[in-house]
Amino acid sequence: MKAAGIFSATGGRKRLAAALLVSLFAIAPVFALNFPALTGRVVDQANIIQADTRAAIEQKSAELEEKSGIQLVVATVNSLEGQEIEPYANELFRKWALGEKKKNNGVLLLVAPNERRVRIEVGYGLEGTLTDALSKVIISNAMTPRFKAGNFSEGISRGVDDIITVLTTDASEWQKRPSLRLDYQQPVDSTSWIIFAAVFVFFVLLIVSPTFRWLFFNIVLNVLASSGSSGGSSGGGYSGGGGASGSW
Amino acid sequence: MGLSATGIRSIFAVILLGLTVAGCGYNTIPTLEEQAKAKWSDVQNNYQRRADLIPNLVATVQGYAKQEREVLTSVVEARAKATSIRVDASQLTDPEKVKQFQDAQNQLSGALGRLIAISENYPDLKSNQNFLALQSQLEGTENRIAVARRDYIEAVRAYNTELRTFPGVIWASTFFRSNKPMAEFTASEDAAKPPQVKF
Repeated sequence: MKAAGIFSATGGRKRLAAALLVSLFAIAPVFALNFPALTGRVVDQANIIQADTRAAIEQKSAELEEKSGIQLVVATVNSLEGQEIEPYANELFRKWALGEKKKNNGVLLLVAPNERRVRIEVGYGLEGTLTDALSKVIISNAMTPRFKAGNFSEGISRGVDDIITVLTTDASEWQKRPSLRLDYQQPVDSTSWIIFAAVFVFFVLLIVSPTFRWLFFNIVLNVLASSGSSGGSSGGGYSGGGGASGSW
Repeated sequence: MGLSATGIRSIFAVILLGLTVAGCGYNTIPTLEEQAKAKWSDVQNNYQRRADLIPNLVATVQGYAKQEREVLTSVVEARAKATSIRVDASQLTDPEKVKQFQDAQNQLSGALGRLIAISENYPDLKSNQNFLALQSQLEGTENRIAVARRDYIEAVRAYNTELRTFPGVIWASTFFRSNKPMAEFTASEDAAKPPQVKF
């Protein structure tokens, strides 16, 4: 819909088509895995979490995010599709882009009951708090013994509790946040007229100059094509592979 | 009006020329090059992180398994060799240099794998808290290495593709003649897989 409009507006069809083709090739993903959609704080594809546990986890995760901005998501999958859990969890984390973009403060707890594998994937910004060693301790103490007995709900619930405990022990970090939020809103007021002027000039150029129009749509197309490669729209967080995994 | 119509026009022309050049992908090659270099430094940092864990690990194992001198020595030697080879971002276009780095790191991976394997024979060592923590750190670091390597390979692929395809090839053959394709990792995925540690 939008793309068609750009094509007819510019006229340079061949060139745009070529550019689009090239960028499509450039953004082809490495793994073509079927990830579940990020439908909430608990994505229970394997259907192993009881309803009341699920509600409790969602509540705790929401409280955590409100207090600290940390986004904690629990996911269970039917199949890792032949992958090891480490690359699978990392790809899924990046696809869902958990955590805030600037702080990379997301955590993914992934359970694959059929492969008997579990992983805590930690966003780049939380590696110093929720370390690999701590993640491993949480998995081997709180989770895998209960998974062994087939008690997934309790194992996951205990794992979530421990993760939250580790993440919130250092309270000095999130107590500063309300003031940070206030600082954030202030500069908008003083600079709004500059933005207004820029927008005005932009529209005048758009109306007056055909070259500028062509250029603008070209840039928009480029941005549209390249934004696909960063993946995910929620949060924008990134993981460099921190965390730990275990089996039972 | 203070300015003449042609004056305004020429100012616009200059601005538009700049924007057009940027819009046509002039910036793409340097951008992708910088991205690949940044990914390379991630790779190198993670290997360094692994190297930093090793003295502590060796010291812990030594306390319980002195008789495994051969394995311990091979780890120490492989570490010394691996840390002596560093590849600057400017040397990434030299496949030989990258291969040397990779071979040295793979050798260290092998030696570490043997060290973890023999530790299975020492129950006291296996239940040592320090050893357990080091093991999970090592595991985590191996995984970070795998992730960083994958990102680097992907970044190099994007950069090399840009140098060879339209419209990047136009810039590559005019303004960026000195930009050469970067070397990719060639080792099998096995080498990058983290060692499996059972608890």
